[in-house]
Amino acid sequence: MLEPSREALVSELISSLQKIQLRLGYIPQEAIRWLAEEMHLSEQDIYGVATFYKNFRFTAPGKHQVKMCMGTACFVQGGESLLSATTERLGVEPGKTTEDGRYSLERVACLGCCALAPVSVVDEEIHGKMNQRKMSRLFVQIDKKDREEKKGKSK
Amino acid sequence: MTEDSKRTVFICRGTGCESSKSDVLHKILEEEIKKQKIGKKVEIKKTGCHGFCQQGPIIAIEPEGTFYAMVKDSDIPKIVESHLSKGEPVQDLYYVEPNTGEKIPKYDDIPFYSHQHRLILRNCGEIDPENIDDYIERGGYDGLKRAITEMTPEEVIEEVVNSGLRGRGGAGFPTGLKWKLGRNAPGDQKYVVCNADEGDPGAFMDRSLLEADPHSVLEGMLIASYAISASDAYIYVRHEYPLAVERFKKALEDSTARGLVGKNILGTKFSIKIHIKEGAGAFVCGEETALLASIEGKRGMPRPRPPYPTESGLWGKPTVLNNTKSLAATSAIIAKGAEWFSEVGTEKSKGTAVFALTGKVENSGLVEVPMGATLRSIIYDIGGGIQDDAEFKAVQTGGPSGGCVPADKIDMPVDYDSLTQAGTIMGSGGMIVMDETTCMVDIARYFLSFAQDESCGKCAPCRIGTLQMLETLDKIKAGNGEPRDIETLAELAITVKEGSLCGLGQGAPNPILTTLRYFLVEYEEHINDKKCRAMVCTDLIRFEVDEKTCIYCGACKRICPANAITGEKDVMYVIDQDLCIKCAACFEVCPPKASAVVKASAFEKGGAK
Repeated sequence: MLEPSREALVSELISSLQKIQLRLGYIPQEAIRWLAEEMHLSEQDIYGVATFYKNFRFTAPGKHQVKMCMGTACFVQGGESLLSATTERLGVEPGKTTEDGRYSLERVACLGCCALAPVSVVDEEIHGKMNQRKMSRLFVQIDKKDREEKKGKSK
Repeated sequence: MTEDSKRTVFICRGTGCESSKSDVLHKILEEEIKKQKIGKKVEIKKTGCHGFCQQGPIIAIEPEGTFYAMVKDSDIPKIVESHLSKGEPVQDLYYVEPNTGEKIPKYDDIPFYSHQHRLILRNCGEIDPENIDDYIERGGYDGLKRAITEMTPEEVIEEVVNSGLRGRGGAGFPTGLKWKLGRNAPGDQKYVVCNADEGDPGAFMDRSLLEADPHSVLEGMLIASYAISASDAYIYVRHEYPLAVERFKKALEDSTARGLVGKNILGTKFSIKIHIKEGAGAFVCGEETALLASIEGKRGMPRPRPPYPTESGLWGKPTVLNNTKSLAATSAIIAKGAEWFSEVGTEKSKGTAVFALTGKVENSGLVEVPMGATLRSIIYDIGGGIQDDAEFKAVQTGGPSGGCVPADKIDMPVDYDSLTQAGTIMGSGGMIVMDETTCMVDIARYFLSFAQDESCGKCAPCRIGTLQMLETLDKIKAGNGEPRDIETLAELAITVKEGSLCGLGQGAPNPILTTLRYFLVEYEEHINDKKCRAMVCTDLIRFEVDEKTCIYCGACKRICPANAITGEKDVMYVIDQDLCIKCAACFEVCPPKASAVVKASAFEKGGAK
């Protein structure tokens, strides 16, 4: 006997939210409203579940997403110092997006690449054995690329 | 070896090596082999994690057993021309043992591997995880065949009981007994769940296993389902592990196509459906009842036990929950017999333990040792000792629920009971090595802040107690601690430990309790002398430029994100203490020959390094 269909439906809630976030980068209010209707749940029910899990965000992410691993191995290898330098460099606190919408900074729990600590993920690319110099160069490169892109567009 | 013999190149495509661009390396290798027209003599196999991620990207070549570490794009033509074409290994690219400087050509001779005993990781790095035939060739699915065609469920359970396997998730509950409870629980609908929600920071055993040998986990799930007569099995994987999910999905597709998953497997009455669920970033979901709530699509909050999941689990039905490594072990235990496992290890802890060895150790990576191996053999023989010849201070096991074991316990055997006696736990397998540059108050605060942040808020001791402890630690770290704070911390720790509902809260005080027990003097120094001996706690230190050794290169000024450094060629570099955010960027980039940027105690006169 299969579990009742109602239970099966509700058990898809988290994966539905994940699909929405994968497509849109975040979970807008409209999506919650839509999902509530589809699943015959209240918006509160969905928010209740969605806000419990750290992976879900409810505001649009920045153009570049910077995730800094704060797993133990990264912490022991100077991850915290790297984070405070990055916070200062980008002018944004972890969990927030810069005013110009270019960068969002996040501190994340272990990414499981501990042997390469400290680790950062910038725009989905994993950078291992990070240090202050590599980090600073990475942002210089991204800024340069963005400027060129902008120039290309305005031409 | 002659120049004509056929060779196999194993290129590691685990997450570690991929982040060192082994995917690019793989392409270059293919192109180079085509270019040099030796395609017929060479087979390339992509593998999962070899465990020595720090040395990535890793390439191994058989039949010689050559091990090339940290391979660069530009090394590929040499390897192809010399080794693959002419049969002459490239000696310049051999792994160099950090302690002796000796070049070691062969995989099996490298101390990192030669001191290991691989039962659970038996196929990792040896097979292509996306090729089911590779797995079958090494005896894969023999366990399933034996179980469902030759054994009754009771006999399967008996075999697991006899192996002495205890849960690899950390608590160490006997796996066979758990299966027996699940089997005997009344109910016609039962579930098996594989817990791959590896949330402990500093742990990546389950990720590597799923990436390198997904079939072994799947086979374990099938055998467990047969043993308890479950109709459905779930695997709950962390969302942060996309490659592990992808490889498991592929394994599931291939095994379904071969009739190893689905209806009437191998012509028997045994049928099973496998479901994959991804977590969404809540650490507490590693706790079994919280994990089940999450699969049901709810907030992942734990509930009191009993009833245990074996009686009332998923949707209230009997459910057996096992860790990823436990299941990977059972697939081989059934194929090879209980003794294969039980002859390794100690009397009460059978088999092997898998650790993610990281931190300030020379060789970090995934290691598997017999239960009862000493910390010394793990950290020194396999790990190659402490980085930069620094002094070994402590090792942390068990993640945020575990504790720190001091250096003088280095000869302690590593098994469930010894670790518990030392105040920590086996946990799922994180092992983080710390040296003199790690502040024990800071590390205690790190783990506590993790637990506090991840507390689901259901019960007060955990929700409020961890916050109070955190505030006390912050006060001490900031140099505002008072002598009675130590007592307060200890009292709070006991309250939280005894009053919390689940493992997260019960374990959260362990980092505090163990550091208080073994490193009390560091707490006292922070409180009484406003001194952090490891020079870590930012409120107690400052950075200065030593004019005697400064070479005026300006590297510190250029890197400073806070623009706190003034100076130029011939003009003294000075750090403005009001602007300084103490991120240590200047300290890190100052050339070693000068080492002019120094850390000093903020409350002492004169600078010491």
